[in-house]
Amino acid sequence: MGIGYAIGFVLAVVAAAALGGLTGAGRAFLGLLLPYAALAIFVVGFCLRVVRWASSPVPFRIPTTCGQQKSLAWIKTNALDNPSTTGGVVARMALEVLLFRSLFRDNRAQLYEGRYVFGESKFLWLGALAFHWSLLVILLRHLRLLVQPVPGFVVALMNADSFFQVGTPPWYLSDIVLACALVYLFVRRMRDPLVRYISRFSDYFALLLLLGIALSGMLMRYVTRVDVIAVKRLALGLATFHPVLPAELSVVLLVHLGLVCLLAIYFPFSKLMHMGGVFLSPTRNLANNNRAVRHVNPWNYPVKTHTYAEWQEEFRDKLTAANIPLDEPQDATKIATQKAKEDAPTVSTN
Amino acid sequence: MPQPLVQIEPRSPHGDWRDPKVEFRKGTYCFSALPKHLSYLGLPNPREWQPHDADWKLPANWKQIILDGMKDRLEKFRSFRLFMDICVRCGACSDKCHFYLGSADPKNMPVMRAELIRSVYRRYFTLTGKLFGGLVGARDLTEDVIKEWFYYFYQCTECRRCSVFCPYGIDTAEITIIGRELLNLLGLNINWVLEPAANCFRMGNHLGIQPHGFKDSLEFAADELEELTGVRVDVPINRKGTEVLFIMPSADYFGMPHYYTLLGYMLLFHEIGLDFTYSAYASEGGNFGLFSSHEMMKRLNAKIYDEARRLGVKWILGGECGHMWRVLHQYMETMNGPADFLETPVSPITGTRFEHARSTKAVHICEFTADLLYHNKIKLDRRRNDNYVVTFHDSCNPARGMGLLEEPRYVLKAACNHYYEMPENTIREQTFCCGSGSGLGTDENLEMRLRGGFPRANAVKYVKEKHGVNLLTCICAIDKATFPALMDYWVPGVQVAGVHELLGNALVLKGEKQRTTDLRGEPLPDTAQDTPLDTKADRKADDTGGADA
Repeated sequence: MGIGYAIGFVLAVVAAAALGGLTGAGRAFLGLLLPYAALAIFVVGFCLRVVRWASSPVPFRIPTTCGQQKSLAWIKTNALDNPSTTGGVVARMALEVLLFRSLFRDNRAQLYEGRYVFGESKFLWLGALAFHWSLLVILLRHLRLLVQPVPGFVVALMNADSFFQVGTPPWYLSDIVLACALVYLFVRRMRDPLVRYISRFSDYFALLLLLGIALSGMLMRYVTRVDVIAVKRLALGLATFHPVLPAELSVVLLVHLGLVCLLAIYFPFSKLMHMGGVFLSPTRNLANNNRAVRHVNPWNYPVKTHTYAEWQEEFRDKLTAANIPLDEPQDATKIATQKAKEDAPTVSTN
Repeated sequence: MPQPLVQIEPRSPHGDWRDPKVEFRKGTYCFSALPKHLSYLGLPNPREWQPHDADWKLPANWKQIILDGMKDRLEKFRSFRLFMDICVRCGACSDKCHFYLGSADPKNMPVMRAELIRSVYRRYFTLTGKLFGGLVGARDLTEDVIKEWFYYFYQCTECRRCSVFCPYGIDTAEITIIGRELLNLLGLNINWVLEPAANCFRMGNHLGIQPHGFKDSLEFAADELEELTGVRVDVPINRKGTEVLFIMPSADYFGMPHYYTLLGYMLLFHEIGLDFTYSAYASEGGNFGLFSSHEMMKRLNAKIYDEARRLGVKWILGGECGHMWRVLHQYMETMNGPADFLETPVSPITGTRFEHARSTKAVHICEFTADLLYHNKIKLDRRRNDNYVVTFHDSCNPARGMGLLEEPRYVLKAACNHYYEMPENTIREQTFCCGSGSGLGTDENLEMRLRGGFPRANAVKYVKEKHGVNLLTCICAIDKATFPALMDYWVPGVQVAGVHELLGNALVLKGEKQRTTDLRGEPLPDTAQDTPLDTKADRKADDTGGADA
């Protein structure tokens, strides 16, 4: 059901943008108004989401340890998968964010003749990595439209990306990788019975929207040959807050832009926020130095316990009979007072 | 021919996960907690009920209680809020849960377990969920959803294996802990968790052993050791001013095969002349509060530091126990610290400063013993364990909540001659749970335990067939309690032992008589009897998987 809605919804948006691109008011909306609105929603929404996560404290230090701890000096520590220092945490997070370390561990459990065999399974990792990195390259390449003069690294990136010089204009490798990765991820979602069971509208929609953006972008670059000068005037106008709407802009470009805006609007309300969230995950971004450095819980509160003095009173006869040493009354009082002092709530920041 | 109880068959998931109906089939769930335990602990809604009843006798405003409880926890736990929001349903975790692998129930996929609560979060706490409902995966909170939560949050052992594979580190243990906290607000608890918790609160330990019983048990062990070895070990209880307070799970002095591990500790402490005490008040290292709520965890854990303070010890040594160490490592000092009244642990034998434990002042017995072995401070005759072909099960919490991987292996390899690892996707950080952790190890839940324990048993079977393994070692009291049944069902012929049991077998004591049996009373292998001690047998373990001198 989710998949039908997702396809229908994306097609409807494409059709609406295409129709809008044919009318004057529609063009103004798509080219001038919507980009600003989308940008505002994206930035504000993204920030609010992150602030809301950050406003919940991290009461306990709960890293998932994926390797040998740092303990005895002669035992080799796994500093990347079980970091005990801030540097180690930065390295672990970098591996996670840039190379999808945890996804790389993936394996597939298969039942053969009543027993499980764990096979290599790197396709999800590869597909995810291909998708995210090509998307990043494409985003960076788009800077040539937004910045004048075009920064050197963007030119270098464009040259590297079209290294094979196939076609005119030359095909970008990242475009092909992106489209293939999205198709793979989409097909996987439909075909793998476990993943299909857990997938919903939101999952298909995000993939289809991105696919729509990729295909419309490729269509105008390689097939309908968009007027790049006009696009750049539009982009620079938007970026400098002096928006202009060149008449040469094609409908395909407006559809592309419309889909990008929709993505930006949808982003802060969706699972795509994992982009920000991955940095905040307490099982990954904390050092496993729990026993070396005390972690403070800002809302730690006193609780009712069964104190030694109460316990001793309750079992006094049995303790005496078993000849287990008892505390003198003054000992118990001393401990209780000391404890009460320490249990008094203290204000601390974390 | 009798039909096997449990068979594992692959099944593709079908149906719509949003339908919350579950069938409480005998053997797949735990019984409710008795009202007297709730009352004793001051928990809400004590009453008679059972999960298979139609009416769970929830309080009238149950829905508000849950929603308020969720709001409160979203504001208190970044983990909870974040894990509600960022899952992309990539499916990396889908086949990582032992309960999923054993039951083929799609709601046992970690992602689904979290979606059960996420769907409610979306419906009541997010704009899109309020606007678009089912389209974005939101569900209304109904009594059926509560029953579904109960079924599946008590079908998760908080083992964190899924969290290893999640690209965002989403930890189902966090979801389950908070899910159970919410259920506790309505008085929905299981007896196998709450009775030990109530016992622990009152008597000091889960098994409800009173101080005189505690002493009897330890002295009985000392008598038995005297018979076995001719050496009399000391049993100091509640002794003030010693250097070390030793904390262990109560199963070690009251359960089988845990008891042999206790014998191992006792021999070790005697041999090195450790200045230590047991405590009849802090007579439990384990913490079933962890399986109930953060608050209960703190309430039960408090006695450890309190007792260390009262007895005036310098530091704390902890025995073999999985979730005990999750609490001691990741929660204890945050909850009940600071432990500034103790000193940085220093081994009185080797002089090693345990810098990694300088704040909590709590050292794991495997760390302590590995250090002794590394410095050649104790003499082992590993031929005494020659009847055993050994493998090691990494208990979930020490593996994924600490990273205690090499220390127990170092001790084992020093204590026995025949040691083999299970396949790599089933050990260390990828270890499979016993299927009975987090308070689910009760007999009425046996079918689900056998299913959840299947992947682990499967790996044991592999090394049994390949190398003739006949002893599964581990460092967790729940493992020791529940593996025997699991092995009997899936891999008959494999026994279960603690690491320090093997150490105790191999340990050559000053002044001991010629031992004829191991700590279980089984005859020692001939190899250990014929010849005098081979000096090579007490050399340092050569292969420690990364250890270098």
